[in-house]
Amino acid sequence: MSVPAIELQDITKTFGHIIANKNVNLVVNRGEILSILGENGSGKTTLMNMIAGIYYPDNGRILIDGQEVVIRSPKDAFKYKIGMIHQHFKLVDVFSAAENIVLGLEDEKFNMKEASARVAKIASQYGFDIDPARKIYEMSVSEKQTVEIIKVLYRGADILILDEPTAVLTPQETEKLFAVLRRMRQDGKAIIIITHKLHEVLSLSDKVAVLRKGEYIGTVETKTATEASLTEMMVGKKVSLNIDRSEPSKNEERLIVRGIDCVSSEGVRLLDDVSFTARSGEILGIAGVAGSGQRELLEAIAGLVPLTGGEIIYNNPKNGQKEDLRNKTPLQIRELGVRLSFVPEDRLGMGLVGNMDIIDNMMLRSYGKGKSMFVHRKEPKELAEKIIEDLEVNTPSATTPVRRLSGGNVQKVLVGREISVRPTVLMAAYPVRGLDINSSYMIYNLLNQQKENGVAVIFVGEDLDVLMELCDRILVICAGRVTGIVDGRTAKKEELGLLMTNAGKEA
Amino acid sequence: MGALFAFLHRAIMQGIPLLLGSTGEILTEKSGHLNLGIPGIMYVGGISGVIGSFLYEQSVGPANINPVLAILIPLLCSLVGSLLMGLIYCFLTVTLRANQNVTGLALTTFGTGFGNFFGGSLIKLSGNDVPSITLTATSNVFRTTFPFAGKLGSVGTLLFSYSFLAYAAVIIAILAAWVLGRTRVGLNLRAVGESPATADAAGINVNRYKYFATCIGSMIAGLGGLYYVFDYANGVWSNNAFGDRGWLAIALVIFCVWRPNISIFGSILFGGLFIVHNYIPNIDVSTQELIKMTPYLVTIIVLVATSMRKKRETQPPASLGLSYFREER
Repeated sequence: MSVPAIELQDITKTFGHIIANKNVNLVVNRGEILSILGENGSGKTTLMNMIAGIYYPDNGRILIDGQEVVIRSPKDAFKYKIGMIHQHFKLVDVFSAAENIVLGLEDEKFNMKEASARVAKIASQYGFDIDPARKIYEMSVSEKQTVEIIKVLYRGADILILDEPTAVLTPQETEKLFAVLRRMRQDGKAIIIITHKLHEVLSLSDKVAVLRKGEYIGTVETKTATEASLTEMMVGKKVSLNIDRSEPSKNEERLIVRGIDCVSSEGVRLLDDVSFTARSGEILGIAGVAGSGQRELLEAIAGLVPLTGGEIIYNNPKNGQKEDLRNKTPLQIRELGVRLSFVPEDRLGMGLVGNMDIIDNMMLRSYGKGKSMFVHRKEPKELAEKIIEDLEVNTPSATTPVRRLSGGNVQKVLVGREISVRPTVLMAAYPVRGLDINSSYMIYNLLNQQKENGVAVIFVGEDLDVLMELCDRILVICAGRVTGIVDGRTAKKEELGLLMTNAGKEA
Repeated sequence: MGALFAFLHRAIMQGIPLLLGSTGEILTEKSGHLNLGIPGIMYVGGISGVIGSFLYEQSVGPANINPVLAILIPLLCSLVGSLLMGLIYCFLTVTLRANQNVTGLALTTFGTGFGNFFGGSLIKLSGNDVPSITLTATSNVFRTTFPFAGKLGSVGTLLFSYSFLAYAAVIIAILAAWVLGRTRVGLNLRAVGESPATADAAGINVNRYKYFATCIGSMIAGLGGLYYVFDYANGVWSNNAFGDRGWLAIALVIFCVWRPNISIFGSILFGGLFIVHNYIPNIDVSTQELIKMTPYLVTIIVLVATSMRKKRETQPPASLGLSYFREER
C-alpha cells in the first residue's frame, strides 16, 4: 500500500456563522483522479482553496506524502507541488500567456525568452496548442484554461486541482481536456476535479468523494457508482430525475412576434426576420448554439434592445386588447399592464444587485409602489422571507448581500422574485447554468407550475435532453434566424442538432 | 531663438516637480492604489526639507554651512516626511481597507494644512517682515550644477544647467520604467495592480508590494516638493506658493498612460503649458488663466482618445481604487 499523495483529516472551516466544511476526510493517490461532487454551496471550492493556500482551515490536518504540512499561502502550496486551476481564472488580462505563467516565481532568472521556450515545451509534451506571446484578453475561454493548466505544470505541480473546468467548455474541448488529464494520470500525477456533470464523473474519475452542505458523506469507487446512487448521496434522498410534463391547457396566443430584425452597433445582424407565437399554458423552448441571438431575442421582448423591423404583439388576457411592445422601454411595457417577467442570463449583472441584500433586491420590482415619498419595506421583506422558505434558499438571513450567496441560491432569489409578480409571460435564459441537479430540478418544477397556472413560458436552454423533456414546443435559432419550430414530445436530438447548425443550407 | 531656449529651460525647471510627482504616483497606481494624497505629500516633502534646512542654518549660521550636510539634512527630512504620509495612506487603505479616494483627499487637506502651519511658525520664528522664509545658502548648494554649463552657450544651459535633483528625477523615471517593464519585481507589481487575487494565487505577497510601491512612490513625490522649494523657488518658502502642481502631477499620470518614460516628456510639456502665458506678449489676466488650464484640457483629450481606442495597454490598472481581501466571498 503506497502512501497517498495528499490526505485531508477532519478539515473544518467556517465563515462567520456559515459552516463551509465540517470534518472532511479525503485521500488521493498518485496516478489517480478523484472527483468531488456536491450541490451548490456544499463547500467543494472552499475545501480546495484550503489545499491551495487561499483559505486556512480552522481545524484538521493536511498530509502530503504522509507528512503533516501547514499551507498558509499559495506559495506554501507550490512548495508542496500543489497547483489549482480556479473556476474563475486567475489571470492578468493585459499580460501575455508567458508572463502569466512565470508570475510570482522567484527561484529562476527573469528571462521571458527562456520562459516562453519552456512553456512551448510543456505545451507540446501534453498536446496543448498555445502561443506564449499572446495576450490573455485576445484568448478564448478554453485557451485561458490551457494557460492556467500550463501555469501549474510549469511550477512542477504533481497534485492538480481543477475547479469545474468543464463548465465553460464545449463538448469537444472537454474531450480534449480529459485526454490531457488521462495522460497526466499516466504520468503519476494526483488529480482532483470538481464537476457537476455526473456523466463526466463516471467517465473520467477513479474515485468520487461526495460533500453535502459542508459535510463529508463518503468516497466511493467510480466503477461501483451510478448516476442514481451518486445523486442520492449528494442530495441525501432519492431524487427522481424526471420532469413531469403536463399537457398544455388554456392555450391562448399570448405573445405574437412577427418578423423582428435587430442590428448591433457594429452593423452585425443579430436577429433576422424572427417570427413565433408564445401561447399561455405552454413552455416554448429556444435551442441554438450559444450566441445565435437568443439573448437579443429575449432582451428585445423585454424592451432592452431596439429593433429595426417587425412587431411584438401582446394579447392582454384582462381586456383582450392587443399592444405592440416594439421599442417600448421596460417601464412603458409595465405601465401598459403587461405582466412580463425576465430571468436574464447574467444574473448578477442584469437580474440582481450583488451588493444589496435580498429584501432590497425584491424592491427593485416594487420601488415605484405606494403613494408617499418613502419606500415600502414591509411587503418586500415578507416576500423575501417567503422566497427563502418556499425555495429553500440557503442564506444566513434576508439581509445578506446577494453576492455572498452561491450561484444556485442567487438564481432561486431571482426566479422567486420574477414569479412573485404573477406574470403572464415568463422568460428565462439559461436558468440552470452552473446549478447542481437538485436546484436545477427545482427550477424546472417552478417553470412547470407557472405553465400550469396559464403563464406563457419561454425557456432558453443549452441541454437538448432537458429541452426535449421540459418544453411543449422547441424553437431552433441559428445565426439570428429561426430554422424550425418542432414539437417537444416528438423531437429527435439529431433533428435539433441539424437545425441548430445548417441554416445556410436550407435557405 | 534665445527666447525659445529660455522658455524651454524654464519649462524643464517647471516640469521636474511634476515628473517626480507623477513617477511616484505611477508606482503607487501600478499597485492598484489611487493616491489622491500626492499634492499633500509633495507639500509635506517640501516643508519637511524647509524645516530641516531652517534648523540647520539657524544652528550654525547661513555662512558656515557644510555643503554635504546642507543637502543631506533637508533631503532626509523630506524623505522621512513623505514616507510618513505614505505610511498613513498605506495603513488606512491597505491594512484597514479604507476608501482610497476619501483617504487621499484627506491626506491632501492634511498635508497642505501641515505645511502651512509649520511654514507660518517658521516665518514667525525667523521674524521676517515678508510672509516667507528665505534659505538662500542652502538653495545655492542645491542649485550647484556642472561647472562647464555656462561655457557652452544656450545649448549648454538647456542641457547641463540643472541641479542634481533634476537629473535624479529623470534617472528615477527611467529606472521606474525599466523596473516596471523589464524586471520580475515590475511584473509582480503590475499583476498586483491588475488583479490582486491572481497575484495572490501566484504566491506574491500582495500587501507587501502595495506598501512598498506606495511608500517609495510617496518618497519620490515628496522630492518634487523639495525640488520646488530649493531649486525652482530659490529656497524661498511662502505658504500656498506650491499651487496646484500636485494635481498637475496626477493629471500627468493619465496623460502619459502610466508610463514614467513618457512622463519625462510629458512633464516638460505640462511645465511649458503652465508658464507659456508669461512668454506671450500683450495678453490680459483672464487669457492667462485660460492658458494655464491647457494641461488639464490636454489630459481630458488624452483620456477621451485612449478611452475611444480601447487599447487594453493604455487603460488604468484594472483594480485601481479597489481594496483586496483574500477571504472575501
